[in-house]
Amino acid sequence: MADTIKLSHVSKSYAGRPVVMDVSLSLPEGYLMALVGHNGAGKSTLIKLMLGLTRPTEGEIGILGQDPLSPGGMEARSNTGFLPENVVFEGALSGREVMTFFARIKGEPVAKSLELFDLVGLSHAVDMKVKTYSKGMRQRLGLAQAFLGEPRLLLLDEPTSGLDSAAQIQFYNIVKMLKERGASILISSHALTELEAQADLIAMMNSGHLMACASIGELREIAGLPSMLRLSVRDGKTSEVAERLKKCGAPTKINGTHVEIAISPDDKMTTLKKVGQLGKEVLDVDVYSPSLDMLYTAFCQRRENGR
Amino acid sequence: MKNILVIAGKEIRDGIRNRWILATALLLGGLSLGLAFLGSAPVGEVGASRLAVTVVSLASLMILLGPLIALMLSFDAIVGDVERGTLLLLLSYPLSRGQLILGKFAGHVSIFSAAVVMGYGVAALAITLSGEEIASGEWAAFLGLAGSSIMLGAAFISMGYLVSVLVKERATAAGIAIGLWLLFALLYDMVLLGILVADKGATLKPDLFNVLLLINPADAFRLFNLSGLDSIGTLSGMAALAGHADFSPWTALSALLAWVIAPLGLTGMLFRRKEI
Repeated sequence: MADTIKLSHVSKSYAGRPVVMDVSLSLPEGYLMALVGHNGAGKSTLIKLMLGLTRPTEGEIGILGQDPLSPGGMEARSNTGFLPENVVFEGALSGREVMTFFARIKGEPVAKSLELFDLVGLSHAVDMKVKTYSKGMRQRLGLAQAFLGEPRLLLLDEPTSGLDSAAQIQFYNIVKMLKERGASILISSHALTELEAQADLIAMMNSGHLMACASIGELREIAGLPSMLRLSVRDGKTSEVAERLKKCGAPTKINGTHVEIAISPDDKMTTLKKVGQLGKEVLDVDVYSPSLDMLYTAFCQRRENGR
Repeated sequence: MKNILVIAGKEIRDGIRNRWILATALLLGGLSLGLAFLGSAPVGEVGASRLAVTVVSLASLMILLGPLIALMLSFDAIVGDVERGTLLLLLSYPLSRGQLILGKFAGHVSIFSAAVVMGYGVAALAITLSGEEIASGEWAAFLGLAGSSIMLGAAFISMGYLVSVLVKERATAAGIAIGLWLLFALLYDMVLLGILVADKGATLKPDLFNVLLLINPADAFRLFNLSGLDSIGTLSGMAALAGHADFSPWTALSALLAWVIAPLGLTGMLFRRKEI
């Protein structure tokens, strides 16, 4: 399958200060990649490089098979949707005027582009001036313009910032729909947890370096972090349950009715079987796999130690 | 080409929305009307027609106001978009940077032209309605004035872009734009005349002087309008100086054209390399 994004050994420095260092990654067609990292990790710069807004100091970039800085990059851009971090529109224009302008540049039918207002839930604000929009509304307008012309590649920089949780769910539904239609999507974010369930691939950036790029399952395997098993037990039985599970790890009593055990990925199934044998002492079991936040921290620590 | 038109159209709509076109047309129209009727009073019975006198007055007015209007239109064309953060998104679209600059240029020159045509038009209309007889050569001079005014505006719009692509902050661009206006519209001539008077033409030979005049777009504009056309040349104080000049009005016009093209080309080159 063709890669919609292909970076090989890309580095970028501004006035001698390295911002992105030797990053190689590829996004296969139809995949959703989460680009995660702290502020200043180089995520936005990476996206700017993909759009040809800045020139890499070293390395090669292919977007939809084209170098973004070559004349062919123009064609790639007409199949790309971009939402910048903290998107800004001219306040004096109405939503309709903004969309009309962008649709014309992208060569899209204006009437069709206005349908996007419904998609992002802004149909009530089409003729309002953008300066009267709330932050969430501006963000939705930003998303609407990124969806112009059903792009084959979406680059979304912090797309859910400023959206309330209902709007975030709505946003991910739209993203899912576009993905089903075959779009490849790159979402950059520092809000890690919300991306966990959505992403096929997770690329972790830290101070300009790409620490890892894999599926969340693979990342968990590489990191080898324990999962947390949480048992609800019958009143007063915590000590008994903890005693019987001693072999599996170090169970700790949380309170009168809960016991927790940290289990390594390899022992997960055997431990669960043991829990099954405990019979009716156990009322409920929850398994918490390490979250993206924990994985990110683990990878950062690994990198620190590796130095 | 389509992209250039889209950008130009947007700039023009912005110009209409923020009343730029209206304000400058009113300003130019009001001043032109004033000059058309009051400005001819001192000429009295010299025999020059009202239109000819008006052309001379309007040319002087345009040297002061034209560059200012043009620079105000253009100084934040790039740095303003960078600072507001709108450029980042715009350039992610299938739009080349050259197209963006040319589109903005076409839009701003259209805005400037609309103001000039409306402003001068009012004066021309008033003079025609006053029933005075006007020689066809004077109409040619008037049209020449309008055309070269637009070129003067285009030259300073182009210079404004160069400032806009070079600086990092909008405020700096504004300061430099005012500086350029002071330099070209006021100081340059003063310094030149000062030197001329001080050394009584010892070092500043007429040839060199003419070249120095051509180097300033405002003076090139003045030379084209005041000395290029006979009946008007005699009315202007600069005629005595420019009378020595052995170049045609077309040389002056070419100098003006060079001032339109060179900064614009340089802006395009710098903008293409700029990292957003």
